[in-house]
Amino acid sequence: MSTSRLARGRAGTSWPRSELPEFSPRELVDEINAGVEQGLRVVAYFGAAEGSDIRLFLVLADDAQSEIAIGTARVEGKAFPSIAEACPQVQLFEREIVEQWELEAIGHPWSKPVRRGRSLLGAAPSASGSSPHLPAVTDFYRVEGAEVHEVGVGPVHASVIEPGHFRFQCHGETVFHLEIALGYQHRGIERALATGPDRRSLHYAETAAGDTTIGHATAYCEVVEALAGARVPARGAVLRGIMLELERLANHVGDLGALAGDVGFLPTASYCGRIRGDYLNLTAELCGSRFGRGFIRPGGCGFDVEATLREQLVERLERAFVDTRSAVELLWGSSSVMERFEATGVVPKQIAKDLGLKGPAARASGLTRDARHDHPSGIYRFHQIPVSSADTGDVFARAYVRWLEIQRSVAFLRDQLATLPDGAVRSTVGPLPEDALAVTLVEGWRGEICHVALTDPQGHFARYKIVDPSFHNWSAVAWTLRGGQISDFPLCNKSFNLSYCGHDL
Amino acid sequence: MLDLFLARLHQKHRTLAFPGGPPPVLPERYRGLPVINEGRCEEGCTACAEACPTEAVLLSPRLGIDLGRCLFCSDCVEACPTDALSFGGDFRQAARNRDDLVVDEERAIRLATALDKKSRRLFGRSLKLRQVSAGGCNGCESDVNVLSTLVWDIGRFGINIVASPRHADGLIITGPVTENMRLALEKTYAAVAPPKIVIAVGACAISGGPFVGHPEAHDGAGSVVPVDLYVPGCPPHPLTILDGLLRLLGRIEEEPGKRAR
Repeated sequence: MSTSRLARGRAGTSWPRSELPEFSPRELVDEINAGVEQGLRVVAYFGAAEGSDIRLFLVLADDAQSEIAIGTARVEGKAFPSIAEACPQVQLFEREIVEQWELEAIGHPWSKPVRRGRSLLGAAPSASGSSPHLPAVTDFYRVEGAEVHEVGVGPVHASVIEPGHFRFQCHGETVFHLEIALGYQHRGIERALATGPDRRSLHYAETAAGDTTIGHATAYCEVVEALAGARVPARGAVLRGIMLELERLANHVGDLGALAGDVGFLPTASYCGRIRGDYLNLTAELCGSRFGRGFIRPGGCGFDVEATLREQLVERLERAFVDTRSAVELLWGSSSVMERFEATGVVPKQIAKDLGLKGPAARASGLTRDARHDHPSGIYRFHQIPVSSADTGDVFARAYVRWLEIQRSVAFLRDQLATLPDGAVRSTVGPLPEDALAVTLVEGWRGEICHVALTDPQGHFARYKIVDPSFHNWSAVAWTLRGGQISDFPLCNKSFNLSYCGHDL
Repeated sequence: MLDLFLARLHQKHRTLAFPGGPPPVLPERYRGLPVINEGRCEEGCTACAEACPTEAVLLSPRLGIDLGRCLFCSDCVEACPTDALSFGGDFRQAARNRDDLVVDEERAIRLATALDKKSRRLFGRSLKLRQVSAGGCNGCESDVNVLSTLVWDIGRFGINIVASPRHADGLIITGPVTENMRLALEKTYAAVAPPKIVIAVGACAISGGPFVGHPEAHDGAGSVVPVDLYVPGCPPHPLTILDGLLRLLGRIEEEPGKRAR
């Protein structure tokens, strides 16, 4: 139906670099425009060094066809054309390319640093990091006029949360605009991955966003397996799915508790705070770590589940779910909670689409996108989990979608634990091929995680790109505050519960 | 309203008995304090050290592990051909000095000792901490946060996480201290009124963790502020953090499960 020249295939396949179609930067931009018009999404758009040049890589997702589409363009000179004005979902990608490769995005409406990271070009700009380079030391969009005032929050916050800076333009209690400055958590993960795979690579994936260890480690291992042509044994693939859903359960339950806490509804806040731990402890039974460290390994899994452990898991899962239902259903029956959740922080469907939202946040606004369904890998190719969605786009919808997903994850776990296939959990993974590219999409609990690896002539990573769902979704947090009350900020923010380090990398 | 009471009955009382009673049972696969059996090493073998992502395995003067760097990932255990290394089930790992975290066959971990008498009078029954995440991955942050849930309930020891450094007696730091957070950490530390204490939680905050040597980070909290308590792990189990805090306050002494005062 389209005349697009982009290479098409499924996520999780490996392409020789020579087979990736080349465009001029202008043509690549036209491909983005045409693709987005046809309902495709931009899942990754980044630069990589090629000799002394920079090459842009574009990855679009065609959810309807369960395909991804890839193209590249060599940057001519030190600038490339921006389409952020017409296509907001690329605005942050373009800013990232500018920051990482010292380029200019011509026509970008607000081209400022993404995370105050170092340039990926050999020479680092400044190691001393004097204050002018800090993330919040920059221009902010400002509203001027009588009684308009500015509120700055962060980077250090009032509880145990990662750092970020929030700048509100307010008129009384009403927020005209919120701008979010991140980058405080920048640890240089992409730079460090670009020489791997080595003994640290998997650990970078596990800590890219440490609350999504399973999600990112799975995306990393799937990239390595795609490149090396390795196959995960059936039992290993099922166990990976079990871990991914346990991670989702722990975090969704924790989020519902935190949302209850933010509206002062202590019963659910207290119970869910504990029950989250029950799910984390199930994860720890499988691999010794509450966050799933060490479980996902290239080729499969680092641990197996023997019969007695399986029985124990089934029993403890049921107990935790009974407690979860008891705690969570209190929310929907409490008019004081519903009054605070409903119509707060609305993200309309079109905005969600324009911003390229992912995960429960996208589904709460009526977008039925879920990588487990649209771009399945591993066990999800054989076992479909219905996509949970809502259509009001408010805090309630984001909370309720989580509750729906909790129920479906539990159903999935029951099925999978009952029908665990026999066999090995891990296969061996050979060396990576030279000059190849692979893209993987994994639906973590916050949404779709995208990893892209590009290898060099020696079969090492030449470039490793990570796109955490938070990268797209932070823009939506800013959006929810437009015309809202500043006192609703904690609730709106918690309804997304995004990753700072996953964004900052 | 009735549903609230019914839920309350169903959810029961869940706060741990520890440290008055026994600690909770940890999973069989939990990786705690390493157990080193150097006698099993083959001459000249360096497989464990080569596999370690953070150079936590030391080969000289004898086979040892720097818990401050260790991710408890077991890459060394997998690499070892002779089972000379393993992770045991002991959750007690917090120490007062950086050097005390280096363990080998002859040198056991020196667990944290209590603060001096004057500090204990100040903080022993009320310790307010400000948390600063400086590049943490939200692993350590999550398991520090858990201490405030009703299972762990650090409030019962007079320990609370507070919302301002001005309300705090000290900092609890996570993350390798990214360059972009260094100034914020320095300012937060300066804003806490002395006398103050600093607790570094997790491999990142102790040594940089997986990011040790990165130009984007500073190899841990100790490069920016003086540290009074180190809690190893990636992330540490909440029990390890709680044990460390209670040892620091003199509420647990050497033996596990025994209450000091």
